[in-house]
Amino acid sequence: MFSILRDLLRFNVEFLIGFLLTGTIFLFAAAHFFAPYPDTAIYLLPPDMPPSAEFWLGTTSRGQDVFWQISGAIWNTMTFGLTVMILSRIVALAVGMVSGYLGGKADEVLMTINDTLIALPNIPILLLVYFVMRDQMTWPLLALTAALLGWNYDARLIRSVTLSLRNREFTRHAVFAGMSVPQVLIRQHLPYVMPVVFFTAMNNLIWAIGLEVTLSVLGFSDVNRPTVGGMIYWANQHQAAVSGIWWWLVFPIVAVVLLFLGLFLLAISINEYIDPRSRLSRMGG
Amino acid sequence: MDGFAKYLARRFLQFILVIFLGVSLAFLITHLSPVDPVEQSVSLMTNFGATDPRSVALLREALSELYGLQGSFFEQYLAFWGRVLHGDFGPSLSSFPTPVMSLIMGALPWTVGLLTLSVLISWCLGNLLGALAGYFRSNLLLKLSGAAVMALHPVPAYIVGLLLLLTFGFVWPVLPISGGAQMNLQPGFSLAFVGSVIVHGLLPALTLVLVGIGSWFISMRSLVSNIVTDDHVVYAELGGVSSGTIFSQYVARNALLPQLTGLALSLGNVFGGAVITEFLFNYPGVGRLLIQGIYSGDYSLVLGVTTMSIVAVAVAVFVIDLLYPLIDPRVRLG
Amino acid sequence: MHATLKPEASTSSADPVLRVDNLKAYYQMNYFGVSREVRAVDDITLTIRRNEIYGIAGESSSGKSSLIKTIAGAIRPPLRVVSGSVRFDFDGRTLDVYNDPEAMKAARWRHLSYVMQGSMNVLNPVRRVKHAFHDFAFRHMGLSPSAFRARVEAHLERIGLDPQVLESYPHQLSGGMRQRLAIGLATVCEPEFIIADEPTTALDVLVQQDVLALIKDVQMRLGSSIIFVTHDMTVHAAIADRIGIIYAGRLVEEGPSQAMFEQPQHPYTAHLIASLPRIGDTTRRVSLPGKPPNLADPPSGCRFHPRCPLAIAKCETESPPLVPRGEGRVACWRAGEVAAA
Repeated sequence: MFSILRDLLRFNVEFLIGFLLTGTIFLFAAAHFFAPYPDTAIYLLPPDMPPSAEFWLGTTSRGQDVFWQISGAIWNTMTFGLTVMILSRIVALAVGMVSGYLGGKADEVLMTINDTLIALPNIPILLLVYFVMRDQMTWPLLALTAALLGWNYDARLIRSVTLSLRNREFTRHAVFAGMSVPQVLIRQHLPYVMPVVFFTAMNNLIWAIGLEVTLSVLGFSDVNRPTVGGMIYWANQHQAAVSGIWWWLVFPIVAVVLLFLGLFLLAISINEYIDPRSRLSRMGG
Repeated sequence: MDGFAKYLARRFLQFILVIFLGVSLAFLITHLSPVDPVEQSVSLMTNFGATDPRSVALLREALSELYGLQGSFFEQYLAFWGRVLHGDFGPSLSSFPTPVMSLIMGALPWTVGLLTLSVLISWCLGNLLGALAGYFRSNLLLKLSGAAVMALHPVPAYIVGLLLLLTFGFVWPVLPISGGAQMNLQPGFSLAFVGSVIVHGLLPALTLVLVGIGSWFISMRSLVSNIVTDDHVVYAELGGVSSGTIFSQYVARNALLPQLTGLALSLGNVFGGAVITEFLFNYPGVGRLLIQGIYSGDYSLVLGVTTMSIVAVAVAVFVIDLLYPLIDPRVRLG
Repeated sequence: MHATLKPEASTSSADPVLRVDNLKAYYQMNYFGVSREVRAVDDITLTIRRNEIYGIAGESSSGKSSLIKTIAGAIRPPLRVVSGSVRFDFDGRTLDVYNDPEAMKAARWRHLSYVMQGSMNVLNPVRRVKHAFHDFAFRHMGLSPSAFRARVEAHLERIGLDPQVLESYPHQLSGGMRQRLAIGLATVCEPEFIIADEPTTALDVLVQQDVLALIKDVQMRLGSSIIFVTHDMTVHAAIADRIGIIYAGRLVEEGPSQAMFEQPQHPYTAHLIASLPRIGDTTRRVSLPGKPPNLADPPSGCRFHPRCPLAIAKCETESPPLVPRGEGRVACWRAGEVAAA
């Protein structure tokens, strides 16, 4: 694992940039633990202060420090994304591996359900869930809903890998050696499936963070918990663009765009590392 | 022909299943949630003063009937199916007594116009760029434009739209940033009105194109770089077939087939595809209607739009499944 | 400038149509800091004459497929030509495969065609078969579309295919028909040279016989030269005029097929022939000890020495040159001592 990281850093510029970007943003987000003000407090500071030596990125109309707000917001947004990612990976792995390994009727049934879920539109369903939950909507509940909507494409991918492993010699050996189905799946197949899981995890993380930003921009989450989308929501509520408080809008946007860029660079370089075909084209280049 | 019939049967079954599960899901979400829509509406209304207990009780009963919350759980479920099949979601609460369906129908042309156009543009551009980038791998210009559309692709539509809005609405205010057409114009096929519609649609459409193009690009490029190593392409190269013919007839043509399914999915997603963009630019389509419904607690409107969006995607997928055999001989003559 | 050259008067079987000189083609890989070089084609020189069927034999991953791809100009990175040349002589003009890509492209199918390994999938799955003929051959024929169509139909009938297949999609045809079609496509322009990469490997035995007979028949009629690769020595015995044996990227023996089967000069050839099944022979087949060599790190000296029953000390250190012997050439320090199989 460590040597893979070293190789990627040394020989893949995209990974290096992505790693540095994401790392910096992560450190910046982690810094919110040392923030001088609690991040949910409002009207603590003089409102609408432009960026200055005292308030590096200015203050909001709600009397918050933009710098520390973004720091806490990115931490919360990333926590949300990681939660969705882990939950949906668990579902995708379970469904994909079981479906691919069992094959036959079970596979057909699971994949029909899977394809049905793929055809359901995400945003309207999430909005419907928010609509009926309203004030009882918490971020873990939102994460759970998003996770339940975000596993089906990847389950299909994992299934196809497992399907190809099923007919390999070592699977038959393991079965003859008396290993149970969960044992075969976890000990024999999981190592082969992990690279796929890892790659889909990056894409899923990006998707989940995008979803969080989108929903909280509309105010469809716990708006008192600072998130990147939540900051933009409050800025819009206070007409920040019209009243010239540009720092309230621009800095969160810059932060989230950098975060997306960093994660995206990580995702494509990891994919390139994992995918043998792109390895081959690199040899040619 | 037997294989073809089997194909059709499978697709039809899948279609029925999507509709069934989707509509049931919408029902379950709304009916199993701990929040009672009747109580919620009642409390929304009593906030404004009407606290006479008798009128509250009447209101409660009227709302229960409106929402189809009378009878047992199963009766409610059947009643809900009845409404879906009749396309009748009752009157809208926020624009009482206009039926939800006529609100949706009023907003639909805006969304269909905006979404169809921008999906088609991003599909064509993304596939063209992706196919070229997958085939001519060493072309620097293609690599750069590919990097640009790929970097834009994960950024949420709202952020891209907001950047465009700030740029063309505040920094360099040249385009309208709100609404579907100028307010004082009479809707119709007048030059002024159509022109206004186009100008108002530019920023929302640009947002949707910029956000959408990346995923087409990425999937097309990977499809093409797989096909390029297929035997039939290598063989055509060895046969001295011109690279234009190889690109169009041997590579792009084969790679486009799976992309058509994606196109149908995107087009079917008229109700959900442009929600965020429409809201941001205050565009009078179905997406804005949905968000307004949520803000104003309009239960029947939200349920109506959500259910319709599930049905629309299912229909689109089914239609492309029916058309697919006409395009791909391997399915048609299986 | 070549137009002034007159076609050579003599078309005897002695004049060469393909000359491969000191050809080296390596897989060169550099991935995340790990470089590797695999010498798949290592210093090969050979000549193929007009109206000749030349078979290339060797075990899998011996480099025989890389050799034939390099000859066809069909290589892609990471396989690259490191040195040497591949030259064809068509109509008295010399065509250097790696020096003149435009002329090479123009010559394809007119003078030089290719039957691919796994020809099953060489036709575009989403287009009718007729389009393949049009794309590959139409521009070379100088015929009107209807005359072209008639010509193609006549050609297909001659090789035993119903002209109706032109209106089919590839997936509607059986494996044997597709293989026939691939050969039909490769021969429709009556090229002087046909390159065939494992043309029969994926077929069942009966279809294999059929296809071999077809190749032989077409070659006799057109007077073309064919170079083909297969690991299957029985196929070589059936149709090759001359055979070249490849071991670990090198040509170790070459000669007329009959002479080679009667008196192999290289111990590796002797082994290949000895392992053929023969009716009435009940002795056990001995397999070679050891594994095929790793081309990224080949053995010193003669590359066959770790597995050779006749190896001596010299074989470990000095690589034997390919020298004429009898009717052919052989690269072995102990060539005279190989027992007839």
